[in-house]
Amino acid sequence: MKRWFEPFSTAWVGVATHKLRSFLTILGIVIGVAAVITLMSIGRGAEAEIISRIESVGSDLITIRPGASIGFGGIRGAAGSTNTLTQEDAVAISEQVAYIDLVAPTYSKALQLVVGGENMNASVTGVPPQYQEVQNLEIANGAFFSDYEYQRGAKVVVLGSNVKETLFGEADPIGQQMRMGGNIVRVIGVLESKGAMMGSPDDAILIPLTAMQLMVAQPRTSQGERVVSSIALTVSDEEQADYVVDEITSLLRTRHRLGPNVDNDFSIMSMQEISDMLSETIGTMTLLLGAIAAISLLVGGIGVMNIMLVSVLERTREIGIRKALGARERDIWIQFLIEAALLTFAGGIIGVIAGWAVSYLVSTMGLMTTVVTADIVILAVSVSVGIGLFFGFYPAWNASRLNPIEALRYE
Amino acid sequence: MIQLQNITKVYPMGKRELTVLRGVNIHIEQGELVAIMGPSGSGKTTILNLIGCLDTPTSGSYYLEGREVSRLNSGELARIRGEKVGFVFQTFNLLPRLSALANVELGLRYSGGGDRRRATEALAKVGLSDRANHRPTELSGGEQQRVAIARALVKNPPLILADEPTGNLDSRSGEEIISILTSLHAEQGVTLLMVTHEFNIAQRCQRIIYIKDGQVVSEETA
Repeated sequence: MKRWFEPFSTAWVGVATHKLRSFLTILGIVIGVAAVITLMSIGRGAEAEIISRIESVGSDLITIRPGASIGFGGIRGAAGSTNTLTQEDAVAISEQVAYIDLVAPTYSKALQLVVGGENMNASVTGVPPQYQEVQNLEIANGAFFSDYEYQRGAKVVVLGSNVKETLFGEADPIGQQMRMGGNIVRVIGVLESKGAMMGSPDDAILIPLTAMQLMVAQPRTSQGERVVSSIALTVSDEEQADYVVDEITSLLRTRHRLGPNVDNDFSIMSMQEISDMLSETIGTMTLLLGAIAAISLLVGGIGVMNIMLVSVLERTREIGIRKALGARERDIWIQFLIEAALLTFAGGIIGVIAGWAVSYLVSTMGLMTTVVTADIVILAVSVSVGIGLFFGFYPAWNASRLNPIEALRYE
Repeated sequence: MIQLQNITKVYPMGKRELTVLRGVNIHIEQGELVAIMGPSGSGKTTILNLIGCLDTPTSGSYYLEGREVSRLNSGELARIRGEKVGFVFQTFNLLPRLSALANVELGLRYSGGGDRRRATEALAKVGLSDRANHRPTELSGGEQQRVAIARALVKNPPLILADEPTGNLDSRSGEEIISILTSLHAEQGVTLLMVTHEFNIAQRCQRIIYIKDGQVVSEETA
């Protein structure tokens, strides 16, 4: 037998002799590791899902709305209810701010829609053709309106999938006509569904902004600028999103003649920022859950220490014999330390398998998306070995310090 | 080989002290077969433990193969036990979870590493080749003691110490053990030191040292 292998085989005999006891000892570690793996995989899964949803909209998207914002998600005064953002602002932004790709001002208004017997009141949004690219909209059926249709103010409409469902059911709406306010518009396209999410395009009713201006009177500010409901834009370089936000802020403050102590009368949200904030929030939650699960690892470690102390006492005579045969304190110490680490290592491996199985079940049952990453597995297993070494240290030290004569006499 | 000079040993017993050895002088040549006799509590086992480097004296000097070992630290003492000394105990002291062969192999574990071939040979020397895979509980007392002797001699130590090796055995098994030990001495020339209560066993040694109240009271050469 190779020399380096001997302490491991000795430790293995120690573990294997008391199979049930060893299993019960490591159960705390197993449960702790399984809980950590499961919770972390659920957290990572949620994070990955949100990021993929945001990327489906486009992480290069920046949206400007009228009205001051108070931090994340809170907008003082209903968004779009104040008339502070204008089409001229959009022009100025596209002309004066660097790293901007496309700019799409929108104007929304609630209008009555009538198709056959179906009748609904819905918010219709007038947009330029580049809005499709800005919002990453995909067409399920038909087409988005062209530059030509935009320029001549064609009365055509592109519907979100929910709207199409409500008004037309299963029927093909392309080429169908519908009443919108006092006008007749023709359906030319249906958008691909993107699933439930804030600002989902599934509920959108999009017409050319020029047509909107023909159908309803667009309000004007005191300077005579045309009021819009939002300005959506994309940046050409996502790295520069913060810079673009700062530039737009100072440009709009100048254009709106805001004094130094006046709050912004608009709010800017960049998808990058939202995505960062969401993943940070989820990351914190995941860490918190993981930390709670890690407490059971600690409790498991104390259990291991307890059993190791009992085991040392029980094997006092064995320690005496080994010492009489020439074992040094270090040999005894290493033997018991390896035994404790072997126990918790086995617990860690079983825990990883159990946690993996649970998170696999969770995701196949469709409860939640889970992602088991290698870093968590490696972390969990090394932490369990670390727990074994930490909580095995004192019992092993105790064993190594036994007086050989007294140990041999121990009954 | 072994030289004890004016050895004393005092054990602290709570607040009082228990003096076990009061100035012991013993000299043993290499290859001798020596018995130590004396009443219970006279300090025989303590002397054996000191010679076997399981313990250190309170005062006095102990030379083993010319080297002063009474002031060594526990690691150095462990090394000497591993290389120089083979112990045979009254209560056998085998590990119950291991087979006879594995118990013998354990004798090499801390002095160069396990070696199955040498362990098998040692077991053959005590006539237990056919019991190699039995556990101690499946063996008779005499057989267990033979395994213990194999464990002591597997590393070829120059010194074998036996503390009442026949104390837990019936007279027939005891006789077997003594003949194995004496033939080991005769064939391999090891120095063999044996503590015993039984005069007929002691008489088979070359020399008998009598201990009483922690002192050598007389010596008798056979």
